[in-house]
Amino acid sequence: MSHKLLQIDHEKCTGCRLCELVCAVRHHGVSNPTKSRIRVIKWEGEGVYVPMACQQCQDAPCQKACPSKAIARDEALGAVAVDYDKCIGCRTCVSVCPFGAMHFVPSERKVIKCDLCEGEPQCARFCEVHAVTYAEPGDVGIGKGRVAARRLLEADRSGAELLAGR
Amino acid sequence: MPLSRKIGYVNLTTGEISVQPIPLEMRRRFLGGRGLDAYLLYNHVPAGADPLGPDNVLLISGGLLTATCASATARTHVMAKSALTGLVGSANMGGFFAPELAWAGFHHLVIKGRSPKPVYLYVHDGRIEIRDAARVWGKTTTEAQAAIREELGDDEVKSLVCGPAGERLVRFANVMTGIKNAAGRTGMGCIMGSKNLKAVAARGTMDIRIAHPVEALEHNKRFIEQITSSKVNQTQGTLGTPFIWGATNSWGGVRTRNFQYNQLEYADDVEPERIDEIATETMGPYHMTGCYACQVHCRAQYKIPSGPYKGKYDEGPEYTSQGAFAGEPDCRSAETVLVGNHLVDQYGVDNLEIGSLISWAMELYELGIIDREQTGGLELRFGNDEALLEMIHRICRRDGWLANALADGGLAASEAIGKNSFDYLIQVKGMSNLHSDERATPGLALNIATASRGSDHLRSRPAIDLYHLPEPVLRKIYGSPVPYDGPLSSEHTEYIGKPWQVFWQENCYMAVDCLGICKYHTVFLGATHPNFEDWPAVIRLNTGLEFTPREIWDVAERANMMERLFNLREGLTRRDTRKGDMLNHRYFDEPCRRGAPGVVGLKIDRERFDKMVDEFYVHKGLDADGVPKPETLARLGLDREPSRVM
Repeated sequence: MSHKLLQIDHEKCTGCRLCELVCAVRHHGVSNPTKSRIRVIKWEGEGVYVPMACQQCQDAPCQKACPSKAIARDEALGAVAVDYDKCIGCRTCVSVCPFGAMHFVPSERKVIKCDLCEGEPQCARFCEVHAVTYAEPGDVGIGKGRVAARRLLEADRSGAELLAGR
Repeated sequence: MPLSRKIGYVNLTTGEISVQPIPLEMRRRFLGGRGLDAYLLYNHVPAGADPLGPDNVLLISGGLLTATCASATARTHVMAKSALTGLVGSANMGGFFAPELAWAGFHHLVIKGRSPKPVYLYVHDGRIEIRDAARVWGKTTTEAQAAIREELGDDEVKSLVCGPAGERLVRFANVMTGIKNAAGRTGMGCIMGSKNLKAVAARGTMDIRIAHPVEALEHNKRFIEQITSSKVNQTQGTLGTPFIWGATNSWGGVRTRNFQYNQLEYADDVEPERIDEIATETMGPYHMTGCYACQVHCRAQYKIPSGPYKGKYDEGPEYTSQGAFAGEPDCRSAETVLVGNHLVDQYGVDNLEIGSLISWAMELYELGIIDREQTGGLELRFGNDEALLEMIHRICRRDGWLANALADGGLAASEAIGKNSFDYLIQVKGMSNLHSDERATPGLALNIATASRGSDHLRSRPAIDLYHLPEPVLRKIYGSPVPYDGPLSSEHTEYIGKPWQVFWQENCYMAVDCLGICKYHTVFLGATHPNFEDWPAVIRLNTGLEFTPREIWDVAERANMMERLFNLREGLTRRDTRKGDMLNHRYFDEPCRRGAPGVVGLKIDRERFDKMVDEFYVHKGLDADGVPKPETLARLGLDREPSRVM
């Protein structure tokens, strides 16, 4: 069974961080960016914003590294999930995650990660510019492919026009 | 809970810091943000205080809804006795500072005294620390923010700062955060400079509990859908505010050559589409950015495409920069607008004020009221882009006689220059008008004449007056939450009904400024956008507080009266052309020379203007001199001010 994926196109991100807000409200009933599972990393002086969230890796380092076997794949959504009954709060998963997508909440003494909101990720639902979408796995590359194809086509045409001496 | 947010009192002279809760009763009376700041201003600044002296008080706040699950509530409000006007100083900006302040535990800061050396405040999880600013002082606005992040070793710190203009006490220096978010007007950056306060840095990890999180989330989704489906916000999200300049210029509502014309002709290079093109070329197709949790993303990102500043990154320009660096000085180059915008962002100075004052000086130069010796050798003529940009540098550095005079603001400069220079200064209460021309729009003229902080569009402008909405639609908007059955006119050149519209808008804008909401999300450009009737739900879901639309209106009226009381105490009199609710004589004497057929030849009728002010005063409960009647103060619960509850 193939599961939908959280797809991030950082070029479209406006840097507003609404995804962080709705994530924290959905999961904790509070506004607090340090309790969001998705984080917008910013280079303000260059105007570059990159939302970072769990990639639900197929070969997940967090799952492999977890000493208490608390991390496993949730078959229903395809998400890598933490079993808090087994979690010992050692933060090994935070250390090994290559994307910085595993977070630690000091007040609750536990790690948090994207759980895909039971199949309706709020970050994707609220992102009007579609920087974050919840996409069918077979379609994740096609949008970028279309943009690249258009560029190629235009280069082709202007090349032909140059050759024709117009 | 947003209500758990505190108020911090800081004395920079003694180093004393005190953190207090905000009484619920004061929330009910003033909500937060600008409303509560207005109360604090009147109660904490001694009458007649020197704006640049230690007795002046700098107030920084977020709104009641800031950092809750309500989008578009990221506004930061900054207030003090104005360095420019000596009356109400108040400015408001978007960005990410106010939410960070709230997560750090605070909604309001009250900063008194004057530090013996440059410092900045660091607000972090319930604590306030005064820190040495030796490594930050002297830096531009963006450099200063980067230096603070480096010093604190935290990339997530958000700071508001004054720039080099504020340090040099330019009277209209602003307060900035991020790349271009500016609390722009009335010289709040000058107040920071006068207190040796370079910045306020905030970083917070504290919860703001949402009263009804599930419902608040769904309510916010519907709110966002309403906003993002409106054409006006979609246009803003594509072109930014330059679209407003383009639209108003087309019919002749943009002042040009200081105030000689009301339209910039042959200006394709500075039209919104061209600016968008440059932004797309330099930053790519997705070049819009937004404030915290807002989906309108009305701020463009760009790099300067050519010239000595080629490749510099900045944000904007807003329509105010088109006015300041294109329309008013009659310059028609996109590069000039983009460079001008970049310079004011880096120096930290009000683009509206500096553009307006330079254009005024250009007119004086062409008239021979100032000469080339006074301009320091500059050929300060309209259309001289180089002279315009050079003047920005000089004013922000107080470099040369004229620049130094202009840096003290229009009124002081008119005294230094002498002759009849004052006659050409387009200002109200000592603050220059923005780039718009209100001679064809009496409602808008009344707005700038009576706005509490001086000539300004964001305090009471009935902007939808330009849409010619049918009367029943106007009745629906302006007939609640307080019933109104007087006249209303769909015609923007009319005088009737406008005083009520200005009064209604004044309360509407005050309410959003108390809640922390951006004006693009209320009845400013969008006629059907949320207002009094819609706010009780968002307040209840996020804070648990119950308000009726009428109660929110009463808060707004009360807070506006607080500002009025401050202005009266500091010398406002109705017809004073320097400190009153009065326009420059050119509005009454010089007709519009350009624009649409129905606009050419129009000017403001002095007698009818006077009647509008009379009527506006009646709506506000003021007497014919603009002073509140005792029963008005009693009705608003302001008969014992200053009450010093906080």
